[in-house]
Amino acid sequence: MKTENAKAWFFVLPVLLLVAFNALVPIMTVVNYSVQETFGNNVFFWQGLDWFEQILRSDRFHAALGRQFLFTFLILIIEVPLGIIIALSMPKKGIWVPVCLVLMALPMLIPWNVVGAMWNIFTLPKIGLLGYLMNDVLGIAYDMTQNPLAAWITIIVMDVWHWTSLVVLLAYAGLVSIPDAYYQAAKIDGASPWKVFRYIQLPKLKTVLTIAILLRFMDSFNIYTEVFVLTGGGPGNSTTLLSIDLVKIALGQFDLGPAAAMSLIYFAITLLVSWLFYTLMTKDDAK
Amino acid sequence: MAKITLSNLRHSYAPNPQSADDYALKQIDLDWEDGGAYALLGPSGCGKSTLLNIISGLLVPSEGRILFDDRDVTGLPPDQRNIAQVFQFPVIYDTMSVRDNLAFPLRNRGVEEGRIAQRVAEIARMLDVEDMLDVRASHLSPDNKQKISMGRGLVRDDVNVVMFDEPLTVIDPHLKWKLRSKLKELHQRVRATMIYVTHDQTEALTFADQVVVMQQGEVVQIGTPVELFERPQHTFVGHFIGSPGMNVLPAVQADGRATFQGQPVALEGKITGQGGATELGIRPEFVTFADEGLEARVRKVSDVGRHSVVEAMVGDTAVKAVVEGDVPEQGAAVHLHFAPKHTRLYRDGWIATEVGP
Repeated sequence: MKTENAKAWFFVLPVLLLVAFNALVPIMTVVNYSVQETFGNNVFFWQGLDWFEQILRSDRFHAALGRQFLFTFLILIIEVPLGIIIALSMPKKGIWVPVCLVLMALPMLIPWNVVGAMWNIFTLPKIGLLGYLMNDVLGIAYDMTQNPLAAWITIIVMDVWHWTSLVVLLAYAGLVSIPDAYYQAAKIDGASPWKVFRYIQLPKLKTVLTIAILLRFMDSFNIYTEVFVLTGGGPGNSTTLLSIDLVKIALGQFDLGPAAAMSLIYFAITLLVSWLFYTLMTKDDAK
Repeated sequence: MAKITLSNLRHSYAPNPQSADDYALKQIDLDWEDGGAYALLGPSGCGKSTLLNIISGLLVPSEGRILFDDRDVTGLPPDQRNIAQVFQFPVIYDTMSVRDNLAFPLRNRGVEEGRIAQRVAEIARMLDVEDMLDVRASHLSPDNKQKISMGRGLVRDDVNVVMFDEPLTVIDPHLKWKLRSKLKELHQRVRATMIYVTHDQTEALTFADQVVVMQQGEVVQIGTPVELFERPQHTFVGHFIGSPGMNVLPAVQADGRATFQGQPVALEGKITGQGGATELGIRPEFVTFADEGLEARVRKVSDVGRHSVVEAMVGDTAVKAVVEGDVPEQGAAVHLHFAPKHTRLYRDGWIATEVGP
């Protein structure tokens, strides 16, 4: 028989309040804007789902969403394998372990806008070290302020530099927790290095990699600061990712209604993809 | 299957070993017959796992050689030695089915699929795991997982030696005896040389035909379980094997005789050698109460089920006796009798009496 105890609610009340203030209330404000039109002075007109329809039909939104997915896809297929490879090649014991760990953690400790500014200065043609090297020493035309492809390469490389460490650290933690006996058994069974990776390391890394991919997906899908500081969304609109476009609509054009509707769609997509991915990855564990 | 010879084996984990204490294995010379069941028994840290890893090839010894059937394998990696090892906790490939787990060592060696299927079926029948062949290995219980890791060793028919490194550590007590008898049965069927490492005397004595007792990196005695029990070559063996262990009592040697607490004690035979620290060894099973003999006072009586263990004080020394049936009361004054045939003198730990007539 199931016993019910109403007193239990008192214990979760503080958490409910906290969640209400940091998530529910702000989201409801956005919902409020997304179904109304305002011209300031707190005067609102009911719009229904017009803004949602407008956003979902807008080519500009489709383009930004496409760029966003492309960006996230590219950084994931680079950062995850690269992170695993680096973690595999890091020492397992000895004095170099802390050195490697600290070096790995460094990029993540730098404030995001500083990362954008660093890479901006680093890559500017003429004055930046990389920009100068590429254009004036190697003779390769490289200008991320003019050329969309160069801009894309730069934001991808910047994100890989900034965030691969997260995958490395998580994968490394997973690797060192594998007992030696597994490697010894594999040696005795005559397993090749590839089979050791495929049947021992990868299965043991599955949980941490799921978390790593989830974190990297959410972070990169919502990325704003670094890219905005580096390219400002340009040249043209070529690096205008969803969040940058959202800010342009909300604060540049002051279209609060469409911006609110776009935020909710954006949020729903992030949530949906994360949920799908997590469910798929944890499906066979529940069996 | 092979005969294993360890010759002049020494191993140190220190880069520049100076004294004997730097060696985890001091000096090992052993011959293991083809098809035998051996146990390596000793307390934690005595070097038995080091020795096992040297035989399997996971460690290269600092000095000495290992021969399989007179072929030097000292420098060979584990996969070229054709050995199998079962670890303390079950090592299985989680994402594979039980069938694939068993087939894995054969596939890695390029064995043809028909032969693999045949071997896997044979081993599965032997281990009673036929009904779980298609289950994912991660879903098995610990004892079945341990069976599978055993099976991965046995599936290769060219295996030289199967080694067990305390394989029952994580198994529930009520399943331990089941797996243990399975192991014994397996040995009788496959007749491979098997080496079983443990610090549990029951496991060692039930599994092995020959037990190698180790202490601080040295072999102190090799013998059948009966020999180890009846005539320990070293006080350590006497103490380590048996429950309770052998009584080791301070003794004085004078004029070819031994005295304990000032009273002469009859020994199994002639005393060999002179000097050193001498001790008497007598198993509690051979201490009886008599009308006359060593005067003692009963300090403690523990009923352990089938029999009782009586601890009596002779002067300031405690002597244990295993008694079946009636026991004296605590505090009672008694006389102890040591069966001469089982009473031995030890000098600096090592046996110093000859077998009597």
